[in-house]
Amino acid sequence: MSNRSETPKTLFDRLWDTHAIVTREDGETLIAIDRHFVHEGSHHAFAKIAEKGRPVARPDLTFGIADHYVPTRNRASGIADPTIRGMVDKLIANTTRERVHLFGLEDRRQGIVHVVGPEQGLTLPGLTIVCGDSHTSTHGALGAWAFGIGASEVAHVLMTQTLWQRKPKTMRVRVDGAFQPGVGAKDLALTLIARIGADGAQGHVVEYAGEAVRSLSIEGRLTLCNLSIESGARCGLVAPDGTTIAYLRGRPYAPSGALFDEAAEHWLGLASDADATFDRELVLDASEIAPVVTWGTSPEEALPITGSVPDPATISDPARAAQYAASIDYMGLRPGMALSDITIDRVFIGSCTNARIEDLRAAAAVLAGSKASVPGFVSPGSSLVKRQAEEEGLDRIFIEAGLEWVDSGCSMCVGMNGDILAPGERSASTTNRNFKGRQGPGSRTHLMSPAMVAAAAITGKLADMRPFLAGRTAQ
Amino acid sequence: MTPFTQLQTIGCPLPVANIDTDQLIPARFMSRSRKDGYGDYLLHAQRFAEDGTPRADFPLNDPKFAGAQVLVALRNFGSGSSREAAVYALADYGFRCVIAPSFGDIFAANSVNNGVLPARVSDADARMLIDLLAEHPSIQIDLETQRITVGNHVVDFTIDPVWRMKLLNGWDDLDLTASYAADIAAFQTRDAKARPWVSTEGGD
Ligand code: SF4
Repeated sequence: MSNRSETPKTLFDRLWDTHAIVTREDGETLIAIDRHFVHEGSHHAFAKIAEKGRPVARPDLTFGIADHYVPTRNRASGIADPTIRGMVDKLIANTTRERVHLFGLEDRRQGIVHVVGPEQGLTLPGLTIVCGDSHTSTHGALGAWAFGIGASEVAHVLMTQTLWQRKPKTMRVRVDGAFQPGVGAKDLALTLIARIGADGAQGHVVEYAGEAVRSLSIEGRLTLCNLSIESGARCGLVAPDGTTIAYLRGRPYAPSGALFDEAAEHWLGLASDADATFDRELVLDASEIAPVVTWGTSPEEALPITGSVPDPATISDPARAAQYAASIDYMGLRPGMALSDITIDRVFIGSCTNARIEDLRAAAAVLAGSKASVPGFVSPGSSLVKRQAEEEGLDRIFIEAGLEWVDSGCSMCVGMNGDILAPGERSASTTNRNFKGRQGPGSRTHLMSPAMVAAAAITGKLADMRPFLAGRTAQ
Repeated sequence: MTPFTQLQTIGCPLPVANIDTDQLIPARFMSRSRKDGYGDYLLHAQRFAEDGTPRADFPLNDPKFAGAQVLVALRNFGSGSSREAAVYALADYGFRCVIAPSFGDIFAANSVNNGVLPARVSDADARMLIDLLAEHPSIQIDLETQRITVGNHVVDFTIDPVWRMKLLNGWDDLDLTASYAADIAAFQTRDAKARPWVSTEGGD
């Protein structure tokens, strides 16, 4: 029931056409922006607009969220660290002055921007959504064109509610078949990134399609689109379907009543035409995907947990061999060692990649009744997710396992709030970047799904979560 | 913004792939004000040992490459976060151009918005330039002809033609957008009727 026209269109074509204000001779197109999220890190952009003496053009379409720097402990007593308090205060001052709604620390809806947007229904299909954060790609899970931007672009959007863009190339990743029990979006994304490289989708918008993608919940699709940027794509997309509509109905900022039905009809018509063509196509088989972990310092350095650390001596491409040798050295590993022999110091369950309610349920399903053999903490993706988890008793499972149950924020995904690893420490983490120093100077990060982090917490090593699920209800 | 046309300078080789923005500027420095300059934070963990002393084996600390305004690296330079501070760190250190086989999309856009040229070359050319610079660090960049010259070697680079024009002329997007104010207003009126659900009024 897609909107037929002479030339078949992709979902992205429709998003582009809807938002194109003018196209210059050189092909640059002025794109209208429907939602703009700002956070503590947006202070450079607010400084720029202050310098120009210009106000925020559309405060009604701009939303502030305190997430990047917020403390995850002892919030009631205020923020002790003066630098961090300064960052949050600056956001409060900037949003107050510009009449921008802020989901601040006291707000019961506070959380990580890419969790709160969908949760509140601010993220809707067919919208353009930008934020000064590369994981803005997350929102594409609902069929929105969502991408991260730099401070100059943030300032431009604040002042004009538009951005100049060149039409990117399109790539469709079709995932056929069904996932094995316990395997899901995180494993799929890491498998894809390992296959095409951390720059494999640069310059492209990636549309995820196929039976396995359709079978994912919105939460799984959010994880998948979140990780698009780690393959170099600025934006990932999943076409809106019945799952999308059901998820959105009744969300606070989503339309309601007849307007919702009218919108839903429009959203369902956004899907790519069956005969639409993409610049690139890739097909994966979900049934072949195993639980994946990263071993190196780029998300492309990922392998099934049953594998072993590569041996640079056996790699013919000298540049690749040098890259792997450097990663192995930084990570403190031995070439050829089994991934399941890697011992960890800490676990972290959190971030906009994997801290929604389903993620916490998946981790708790593995951890229930067990003790963690390493310390670690769980930071829910939003304060509402935290509350729901507590209503479901998930917090008890984490606490009884010996993990800390803390407040919501970016936390150890990026370490800006002081939640960091000690130099040389190794984490099993549900986050999105295993970059050198990402979780603190000298930190070593292994990325994996929440269930895999839970298994690592129990064994103290990177571990296959599948045996832990045996005899329990599969996720 | 200062226009970028030609550059005759020192080129610093950095034979590393996947230099992400967390390496270019660690997150803990990003709360600082730009006024203080971001140059000292650039590639901080790579440049300095834990005790703060410069690592002698890191190219940026090699006196031979002092004053370099061009950095040559391997694939996927500037991948990762959207932090424009990564470009501030490069620019404040003195770099005006980065040469690599591929760039993070957001990083490349941020570079252009700060007058820093992201010049794309083939993998083989990047490696050749790195080898050449290790011997003779003098390099010439011409944006008009899209050419890099080191000694007798000439290498072509690519850049999005619109970005090239922006850099050559020192244009700022905002100045361009200002002339389309009427189009923006007309679009908004039209769009509010076509997609009434975009409004956030119901929410709070
Ligand atoms: S959780 Fe990490 S990736 Fe997500 S918005 Fe925060 S810093 Fe960015």
